[in-house]
Formats: sequence, structure tokens, C-alpha cells
Amino acid sequence: MSYVGKRLLHMIFVLWAISTILFFMFRLMPGDPTLAYLDPNFTEEQRQLVRQQFGLDRPLPEQYLIYMKNLAQGEFGLSFRQRQPVSGLMLAVLPNTLLLTMTALLVAYAFGSLFGALLAWKRGGLLETISIPVVLATRAAPEFWIGMLVLAVFAFSLNWFPSGGANIAGARYASEWDRILSLDFLRHLTLPALSLAIYLQGLPVLLMRSNMLEVMREEFVTMARMKGLPERNVMLRHAARNALLPLITAFAITFGQLVGGNVVIETVFSWPGLGHMLVDAVANSDYPLAQGAFLLIALVLVLMNFAADLVYVLLDPRVTHGSR
Amino acid sequence: MEAAEQLAASPSLPGAAGAPLGSKLSVLVAQLRDPYAFAGVVIYIAFVLVAIFADALAPYNPNDILFTADGQLAASLPPSAEHLLGTTQLGRDVFSQLVLGARPSLFVGMTAAVAVATIGTAAGLLSGYLGGFVDKLLMRLADILLGLPFLPFVIVVVALIGASLQHVVLAIVLLLWPNPARVIRSQVLTLTQRQFVEAARVTGASEWRIMLVHVAPNILPLSFLYGSIAVGWAILAQASVSFLGFGDSDVVSWGTMLQDAYASQALDRGQYSWFVPPGLCIVLVVLAGFFIGRGYEELLFPKLRDS
Repeated sequence: MSYVGKRLLHMIFVLWAISTILFFMFRLMPGDPTLAYLDPNFTEEQRQLVRQQFGLDRPLPEQYLIYMKNLAQGEFGLSFRQRQPVSGLMLAVLPNTLLLTMTALLVAYAFGSLFGALLAWKRGGLLETISIPVVLATRAAPEFWIGMLVLAVFAFSLNWFPSGGANIAGARYASEWDRILSLDFLRHLTLPALSLAIYLQGLPVLLMRSNMLEVMREEFVTMARMKGLPERNVMLRHAARNALLPLITAFAITFGQLVGGNVVIETVFSWPGLGHMLVDAVANSDYPLAQGAFLLIALVLVLMNFAADLVYVLLDPRVTHGSR
Repeated sequence: MEAAEQLAASPSLPGAAGAPLGSKLSVLVAQLRDPYAFAGVVIYIAFVLVAIFADALAPYNPNDILFTADGQLAASLPPSAEHLLGTTQLGRDVFSQLVLGARPSLFVGMTAAVAVATIGTAAGLLSGYLGGFVDKLLMRLADILLGLPFLPFVIVVVALIGASLQHVVLAIVLLLWPNPARVIRSQVLTLTQRQFVEAARVTGASEWRIMLVHVAPNILPLSFLYGSIAVGWAILAQASVSFLGFGDSDVVSWGTMLQDAYASQALDRGQYSWFVPPGLCIVLVVLAGFFIGRGYEELLFPKLRDS
């Protein structure tokens, strides 16, 4: 079987296993597990709907099959608090999360690859002595604390940016695109994206630096030098290009992990995204919503890991997976 | 995030394999001459001492609501000789909280590190050395666990089974052991192809002896590396969980301090002396782990040592 086919099967297996783990996790809770799906405030009509949809009156194995069938159809049930289908609630906030993640990642990786290459080029200098501990410190800082500092300085002290949310309360837009492209959205996006980018740039910087150091020892770099090319050319055109590859994989993997890892930054900035929704749902024992948000986050994570593998195969002809 | 971390730190150990345990230890000791690793060890020792003597160092009980001399609630006071870092909105001493906050953080970090390194090493060894069914089972399990989003999983586990430090550690360890296990497994696979293993087999050493005496010591640096990375992960995760309000509310930790500051609008008031120090402490402890880990990085990239 082809490598891609194998990876695809593997991914489906992992997704199945995760949904199964989640099914049992939410049912092994103390107390009556069926209560988790039936909010006492539901109307009788809503109760009947949920009971039917999830087969809560049936034995566990049958419930499991119904749960799987529902998942396959993208049916996550009704949220306790909002009394709306979970899938609709999640789709409404998903663009916010994806935009925040994408912006922060692009900023972090653009900066990281350039700065990392520079660090490798100027290895052993003052720049390195100062930057490496600073970069490591940003990796060691809790994301939410970076967010708190950014918030205290730029939102509260300087009053340059709003302190939370994605749009001014009550603002109405003709379409989702209008909302995202509005200046107001950009102003709200700046601080959370900046905090995330500060946290994220450490990995690309360090990765790029160590890749460059490896690549710079290879023969084609020596060859380029011997041809008499200017050092800047050798570094950027020859070394840096080849050192970029592992960064692309890291980008994809980090993207997948971020959608889940965003929970803290989204909470600090009250950003209406998936992570914030998960935290709210868990805090309010809104189990259908918590379960749905968790599964969607896991889905993105697994998909991006899969994408990272594919990208790697596509970009590096030296990687062959045929024998594995 | 772990997988990316692993990406940065996963190259195999060229040339290091096969050396006897004694010289391995001397390499570890030599790492202490590396200024980063040395700084890391010093930071750790300092925080461990603070945690041990926290009761003596803290001027107040961190949970006591304090009053000023004229009977007013000592709320949101700026730093002074009496209150080194000021007080919280409810009149608690920030410095005392900071000192006692070292305990849960170090507890979580150290237990998670030991557990991750131990389980990861054992699983990697068994998987790589025994192969077959054990290998398949462990690696499939690792795949599944690596597909679970880290922080959301810890949050959901703690919300479902209760908010104690032990449960936080449990959830963290459950998700982190696959990283060292995978790397150690592949290292074991290459090690078992080496001649010294062949030689041991020829002299009649048992399988268990080969695994524990000949193979295991060669992967110890990797175990240490992942242990030191796990300290940081665990401390950050515990702080995040507390910050989000899912932590044990009876325990004063740096995470709960930051949550308290955030929820009490300390950011709005610009009370930096309240919310900067706990974050700095987290940075220092996690950084120390990275520094010690970076000390091993040179061990992992011997090619760089002579450049």
C-alpha cells in the first residue's frame, strides 16, 4: 500500500480511538452518566430529542454505536446553556480561532526563520550570547502570563488596543467577511496574536539556527563559497533555503497543537474562539459542548500531523518511506 | 507542542553509544562546566531550598487576610518594607504566597519528570528490545496519546476526576511519556545492531542482562533530556490549569496567584508587583530545565562541539 494510504488509515484509527476514549471518559464520571446529557432545565421536548438522538435509555454498547454514528454525521448534540446544536456553535467561533492561530504563526515563523538564520551566521558573537537566553526565556514563559503583560502594558497602561473580545460589543456586519476584514477586528486581533507570536517564535528561531549550523557544514555550501559568491548570497540563497524544510513541518505540527493550546490566550483576551468555548463549557459542566469542542480540537491536531508528514515527503525527495 | 519540541531534540546519538557507564557519567559531570547547565542547576537548588524553608521565609500565612495598624483591610498595598511585593485585593501578602507557591510547582515538575523519564525509558526499552506484539501495542498507544490535545486533555481530566495536584500530574504524565518512549525505542533499535551487543550475546549474556546492562546505560542521556523537558511542561501545564480556574483552590501556587491577580483587575490597576513575580519564577524554573537540557544538546550534537 502506498505511504499516503497507510498514513490515512493510521489517522482514521487514531481518530476513532480518541473518540472512543472520550466516550468512556464522559461516562465514567461520578454520578449518573446519562444526566450529563440531560440538563434539568431542558423542556420535555428537548429531553426527548436528546434521548432519542443519543439513545440514553439503551445499554452502553448500543449507546456507543449511536454516539459513533452521530459523530460520523457531525452531530454533537445540544448545548446545555445555549440550547443550540453544538456543531453550529463551534462553527461560529472556528474562524476566530483559525485566524488568531494563523496570524500568530505567520508572524512568529517569518521572524523566526530570519532571526534564526542570522544567529547561525553570526555564531559565537555578542548577538548570540544575548539572544539565546532571551529566546529560551520566551519559550519558558507561560503563554497566559505573556498575554497578561501585553494586556497590562498595551491595553491598560497605554490604552492603544482593546482589552478583550473580537469585535466591539453590539457591532453588526453584513457578512462574516465584512466582520473579519473590518479595522475593528484587526485592532482586537493585535494583542492576542502578538502574545502568541512572542511565545511561538522561540521554536523556529532555535530550529532554524541549528539547521543552518548543520547545513553550513555541507559540501554545497563550501562549493558556493569556493565559487567566490558573496557571503550573504551563500547564506541566504544556499544555506537558509535548505535549512527551511524542518520549519515547514514544525509549522504544520504547531498549528495543529495551537488550536488546542490557544485555550489560555483566548481566555486571557476573552477571544471568542474554540479554546475559550471549551474552557467555558467545562467550567459550566456543559458536557455536550465540551466534548464537541475537544473532538474538533483533536481532529485539527491529528489532521495537521498528517499534513506535516505529507509535506515532508513532498518537499524532501531524500525521505523515502517505501521500506517502512 | 511536544512533538515540535521533540523535532528539535530528537537526532540520534552518533558515536556516543557503546562507551562504558563510567565514562558516560563523567560526560554528565563535564556538562556542569557548561555555563548554561551550571546556571540551571544553581537555579534548581535555589528553588528547592526556598520550597524546603518556605515556612521560615514567608513573613505571613499566605491565606491570612491582613489588616493595617488602624484596622483597615490591607488591600492592594504597594510594595513596602512590611509587604515586600505588596498585598492582594483581599489583603494577602504577595511575597508569602510567592515563596509558598514554589512547593506545588516543584512537586508537580519533579514528580512528572521522574514519572515521564521512568515510564518513557521503560516503554522505549521494552518496545525497541522485545519488538513484536509489545512493540506494536506500546507504539499504537503512543500514537493515540500524541493525538490528544495537551492542555484540553488535562483540563477535561481534572474537571472530571477532581482538581488535585496528583490528578494534574497524572494527566500530564499520561500524555508526555510517548515522546521519550518513541525516541528511546528507535535508539534501542540501532544500539542492538552494534557489535558490543553482539559480543555480549556471544559471551552468553541473557537477554535481560543485555537490555539492562549493555543497552540501558547508553540511553540514559535521552532519559535525562526528556525528564528535564518534562519539568517545564508539567509546571507550565499546572500553572495554566490553575489560571483557567480548574486547579486545586486550596493550594497557593504561582498559577492560582496569577489567576487571582487577573480576576481582581490587578492588570487594570497596573499592580505589576503582584503579577510579574509569579510569572518570572515560572520562567526561571522552566528555563533551568531547558538549560540543563541544552547542556545535553551538545552531547546530542557532538559535531557541533568542535566548531
